[in-house]
Amino acid sequence: MSTAEQQRVASDAAANAHEGCALVTGASRGIGSAIARALAADGWPVAVNYRADHDAAQEVVARIDDAGGRALAVRADVTEQEQLERLFAQVEGELGRVLVLVNNAGVRADDLAISLTDSDWTRVIDTNLTGAFRATRRALGGMIRERFGRVINVASVVGPRANVGQSNYAAAKAGLIAMTKTIAVEVARRGVTVNAIAPGLIDTDMTAQLASSSKVGGELLRAVPARRAGRPDEVAACACFLASEAAGYVTGSTLYVDGGLAA
Amino acid sequence: MSTATSEEQIEKLVIESLETFGADPDLITREATFEALDIDSLDLAELSQIVHESYGVELKGSDVAEVKTVDDAVKLIAGRV
Repeated sequence: MSTAEQQRVASDAAANAHEGCALVTGASRGIGSAIARALAADGWPVAVNYRADHDAAQEVVARIDDAGGRALAVRADVTEQEQLERLFAQVEGELGRVLVLVNNAGVRADDLAISLTDSDWTRVIDTNLTGAFRATRRALGGMIRERFGRVINVASVVGPRANVGQSNYAAAKAGLIAMTKTIAVEVARRGVTVNAIAPGLIDTDMTAQLASSSKVGGELLRAVPARRAGRPDEVAACACFLASEAAGYVTGSTLYVDGGLAA
Repeated sequence: MSTATSEEQIEKLVIESLETFGADPDLITREATFEALDIDSLDLAELSQIVHESYGVELKGSDVAEVKTVDDAVKLIAGRV
């Protein structure tokens, strides 16, 4: 093995050598759950944030525990600043600095723009975009002090692409990608990377509802070059890469995990 | 703790932080401007973080935006501690 290879292996082995933890918002199910479990498998203590489904979050924690990892379920609505602050205080107190932040919490409230209500517009923007911004703002201080940090924003192929009935969701997710780029540039020289993942049609509760409740889901699936929905663990694998030391030179990017949909 | 001692400690913290950010130690004086030291807004944001960790004091972005010299920073922090 060459010296460079030895150094790379040593670097990978030390991938989670930092004194800190990973926080995944909206981690009680679907993509968030898969990312939380995968990061735990990579050695990160993981805070499993959830808003409502306590039992599902505890199930994620139990699965991580069973696999030999360390996890903590923490309830907080990311749209509420006070709850977000309490979330960080609890996580920092029990697991250490948040060095990997996965902004995954998201909601949908679909309707054609012509009839979309203000409350459905605001709810989606608040959760999917503003919540991610506030969590990122809160986490960055500790990351720049550590000279290491990974912010991973779970965006969507919807945003870069149009999707009928999702003007609110598309605006939030496109905003998330734009925010990713600017914050990445702001903190790059402190060893902190900020990237987005843009999943396409992934087999989760959220998309199952989409596919069954409208013809949009079926149309999306037919448009996927891979001709299948992706799996949450395929998204999680990308998050683990972006969280790793090996991805230290990847920042401001959007990684599409969409079976070729956006290509 | 006397005010003079406190300000000395704060000056030490600020100078050590500036050196960590890459400022040339030979150029750091109380009168030196952050521009001359090549200290930018991210460095000042981190200095705020260090002050928070050290003294539990929150410096707002609008406070820090007014800070132009090492002396400004020391006096701002001393006024809040």
